[in-house]
Amino acid sequence: MIAERANREALIRAFFFGVAFVSIAILGTILVFLFAEGTPIFRTVSVKAFLFGRYWYPTADPPDFGIYPLLIASMAVTALSACISVPLGIMTALYLAEIASERVRETVKPIIELLAALPSVVIGFFGMVVVAPFLQETFNIATGLNLFNASLMLAFMSVPTICSISEDAIRSVPLELKEASLALGATHLETIGRVIIPASLSGISTAVILGMSRAIGETMVVLMVAGGAAMVPLSIFDPVRPMPASIAAEMAEAPFRSEHYHALFAIGMVLFLFTMVFNVIADTVAHKHKQVGAATL
Amino acid sequence: MKMRFLASAACALGLLIASAARAESLNINGSTTVLPVAQKVAEAFMKEYPSISVSISGGGSGNGIKAIIDGTTDIANSSRFIKDKEVALAVQKGAYPVPFAVAYDCIVPVVHPSNTISDLSLDQLKAIYEGKIRNWKEVGGPDRPVVVISRDTSSGTYEVWEEKVMRKSRVYPGALLQASNGAVAQAVSRNANAIGYVGIGYLNEGLKPLTVDGVAAGVETTLDGTFAISRPLFMFTRGWPEGPVLKFIKYVLHPAKGQKYVKDAGFVPLY
Repeated sequence: MIAERANREALIRAFFFGVAFVSIAILGTILVFLFAEGTPIFRTVSVKAFLFGRYWYPTADPPDFGIYPLLIASMAVTALSACISVPLGIMTALYLAEIASERVRETVKPIIELLAALPSVVIGFFGMVVVAPFLQETFNIATGLNLFNASLMLAFMSVPTICSISEDAIRSVPLELKEASLALGATHLETIGRVIIPASLSGISTAVILGMSRAIGETMVVLMVAGGAAMVPLSIFDPVRPMPASIAAEMAEAPFRSEHYHALFAIGMVLFLFTMVFNVIADTVAHKHKQVGAATL
Repeated sequence: MKMRFLASAACALGLLIASAARAESLNINGSTTVLPVAQKVAEAFMKEYPSISVSISGGGSGNGIKAIIDGTTDIANSSRFIKDKEVALAVQKGAYPVPFAVAYDCIVPVVHPSNTISDLSLDQLKAIYEGKIRNWKEVGGPDRPVVVISRDTSSGTYEVWEEKVMRKSRVYPGALLQASNGAVAQAVSRNANAIGYVGIGYLNEGLKPLTVDGVAAGVETTLDGTFAISRPLFMFTRGWPEGPVLKFIKYVLHPAKGQKYVKDAGFVPLY
């Protein structure tokens, strides 16, 4: 009887281990494939020339494989979209968690999370058809398909992530901290600024970084609204081409296992390293400032 | 009793075999330029041959040719001829791609309808795409900046543009890149400063086609070679076609059938 139970337990454990192992193995295989297909490009160009080369002409003869403009474009778009989405997301989260009434929160939070469910192609289309002409006329610039437009659309996409994770973090601040602060005579706003934000900082940082890593990997939106010029932007109204846009636009037509194909996979590697760094930072921050109980502040 | 059972079983088996033989399938993959042609032709083809089901996807010429080489598709649409490297890979894998020219594509420079420019020479087009001409007034247009819209460097449409217009010089890095004919059309129709180029099938009322060296793009000018920016479009098969693939290729090339749809899809028929 007991033996039978132990057997069953072992079976269940083995089953779960198997499932977990399969999913990790698949991810690992994809990663191996990415690096196996990307590294051959470094036989033709040095890593330095690849990362800091100014020109991306993969199909010219002789070809140029410099991804510096794409790299800068990706960073610029991500940074600018963070400038827009971080204040919006965190303030919305603070409002929902601390100030809004129960009823408002119950209605607004699902709506914000629904925003996350908007397909990126829809957001991209909106940026192309509505925002681009508007920007062009308002600021009297050459084209509405530019860095600013792409950042705005990406900000739309990362606000829900940032907002809902931050809101959970703010709500999990222990009540006694808040009560203690109020009991000492601090106003509600002072309490939010001096107690609640510091206490939930790790959760908020995680939210911001996850939102940014969503923005840097986003493909469809930047393909549609960033403009796609492979040059280093000098103003926020310059057209740019982030890394994912290049991969998506060119992969279909690149001859299989050609230098161009390997170069695109190498861009994928760079992109992967970026998001990995982001996630590692998020993880470290979350562990370092873990809020356990009220005594650790 | 037993006999009857056997007879009915034999009948059922016969039916099974017959239906298996009837349900043939045909896979087509490749160029997004050729996609509208292939789709229209396939719809009509399936009406004529209900037993053959055709499935079509568009992943780009490179992917189509790769699929022919790997044997994962029956027909590859391609907006360019097969490259030497791809031939080498095919021979290595024991595949022999056979090209069929199925239509002509003609690539038209387009501007926003509000632009007063209606004709540019090949050299002016080249200078605009090299980034040497930055304002429309340099070519006799309004005093507005030129926004150059091009295609991603690996598209077949871009290759034609590069070959016929750029002639060995590069499109300057400041050109906006769009990933499809539709995206270029969309971007040009929304921007009064823009110039782009699209396949003749994508012209719509939101775009103003330019004449090149005084020649307007059209069926006659493409076929007699007076319009400079055009190219043949191909379907590749793996080895000489047979069975449903042969039926389909014959259908595409038929002047009253497939070629009619080539025209409907906005391309230039062979005859």
